[in-house]
Amino acid sequence: MLGIAPEIWVPIKLTLELAAVSTLSLIVVATPLAWWLARSKAWFKEAVAAIVSLPMVLPPTVLGFYLLIALGPDGPGGAIASLWGARTLAFTFTGLAIGSIISSMPFVVQPIRNAFAAVGDRPLEVAATLRASPARAFFTVALPLASPGLLAGAVLGFAHTVGEFGVILMIGGGIPGRTRVMSTAIFDFVETMRWREANLLAGAMVAFAFAVILSMILIEKRFARARG
Amino acid sequence: MSGGETIRASFKGVLGSFSLDAGFTAPAKGVTALFGPSGCGKTTVLRCIGGLQRVADGLCIVAGEVWQDRDGAFLPTHKRPLGYVFQEASLFPHLSVRRNLLFGAPRHGHDDGRAKIAFDEVVDLLGITALLDRSPAKLSGGERQRVAIGRALLSQPKLLLMDEPLSALDRATKNEILPFLERLRDRLSLPIIYITHSIAEVERLADQIVLMDKGRVIGAGRLEEIESDPALPLAVARDAAVTLDGVVEASDTAYGLVTIRVRGGVVTAPAGSAAIGERRRIRVIAGDVSLAREAPAPSSILNVLPARIVAMKAIDANEIVAVLALGLDGLGARLLSRVTRKSWEALRLAEGMSVHAQVKAVALAPGRGELE
Repeated sequence: MLGIAPEIWVPIKLTLELAAVSTLSLIVVATPLAWWLARSKAWFKEAVAAIVSLPMVLPPTVLGFYLLIALGPDGPGGAIASLWGARTLAFTFTGLAIGSIISSMPFVVQPIRNAFAAVGDRPLEVAATLRASPARAFFTVALPLASPGLLAGAVLGFAHTVGEFGVILMIGGGIPGRTRVMSTAIFDFVETMRWREANLLAGAMVAFAFAVILSMILIEKRFARARG
Repeated sequence: MSGGETIRASFKGVLGSFSLDAGFTAPAKGVTALFGPSGCGKTTVLRCIGGLQRVADGLCIVAGEVWQDRDGAFLPTHKRPLGYVFQEASLFPHLSVRRNLLFGAPRHGHDDGRAKIAFDEVVDLLGITALLDRSPAKLSGGERQRVAIGRALLSQPKLLLMDEPLSALDRATKNEILPFLERLRDRLSLPIIYITHSIAEVERLADQIVLMDKGRVIGAGRLEEIESDPALPLAVARDAAVTLDGVVEASDTAYGLVTIRVRGGVVTAPAGSAAIGERRRIRVIAGDVSLAREAPAPSSILNVLPARIVAMKAIDANEIVAVLALGLDGLGARLLSRVTRKSWEALRLAEGMSVHAQVKAVALAPGRGELE
């Protein structure tokens, strides 16, 4: 990249990679979870919903602390890492992705759950009376009708991953070139009084945040028009 | 009554504060109306037949196929060969009219030898050719409901379930759709179970009627039988009437009258046009039928029919409804006559007596020729 130091663009690239991986995983995990939360009549479903929402309320340091233990050598993360000969998932890109997925989960599940709930029973009943199996009804009726909610969930999940700071810092997001993402890079630049670099990254974040909010509003509008 | 070509349905259960105990048998042809006040459980029965709702003690057998039995057999909705038309059209908003229509159509190799309901035929029957490439959001209420009916038909059902398909529509739109439903009934050999709380729709469409009240079936049978059964609420209602199917015997265009033969008699009714031999439906209101013991002197009343009083019931302290069977032998079609108790006693009328029924007005349902 012309005239931009690697210490600026490497965190940007890493951030985008992390956000892309997290968002894709989030959609895959959150969609069935949101479907279950929207349609199940199980008594414990709101308890599950509360657990999924915890990262929204918990201080990022608390969430990060537990993640650090879970990802570390003595936690399940260490056990998984030993499969390919590593000692820990903390301080790795994989660990960062796992942390991001968990901390962004509520921001993705909520809009998708609301969208599924808004679809209601009737379109699925109609599909069943037209010989559609539950799977076909899900893919050809529920998913298309809830697509604005999925899009909103993806945008929010992506944005939240990009902006995550506390959790990332706790689970080792500071190693240049490996786990140093934009938010932690800004922190490091400020600590070392490199205002120009901090300014560049912070400015990029502002522009990104603006784009996210604008696109959310536009999705919302399209959603409203399609319904009307 | 357990022959192959019938519909047997029986559902028992407590749903919230509502207790359902409804069972009936209907022939697997023609239109069977499920009729009763709102909240009587009609929709629940239809949803149970469709498998959208499940009561543990349920039985549903359609033309020999067991959809649900009391030993726990329960075919899920998507495996039941039915069509379901809901009160609101419920079209898929993300699909065009054409793709809505084809959503349930068998895609390949599903030929079980039954005559297929063809796409072009349905589109033509329902008059929706011009709408095919539109989005459901751009249709009127009546158009949407027609597309919903077409969509249900194209899934090649063996039974069509309709839950008050007209009740969400205004009067003009209702009148736009009713003829389509009549064509459907006349042209397709498809049994239909039709929910309504409008007796006018029953009289225009139904062949059989299942009368429901408070979660129970209080009467079921041919429309004429149920309408004229003094033990049931229809016969003693303020607007009681009997609907009869007949065949046009003669047409007098000079006077604008047609002669229609019903069982045990011939009636004359005003009509725009009618073809000899055509099947037409007439409706006679109980309040329009008066009784005479002797053949009356010539009067302006066109229809004077010999009949026999087969039953009577007091509606209140001052009025009586008499059930008549047409013909000198008293074996023909049923009519109702509402008379005052004073006349009943003055004429010394009684069950079993032969009388002359004077019919002031006979309403003729529109024929096929007038619909197109």
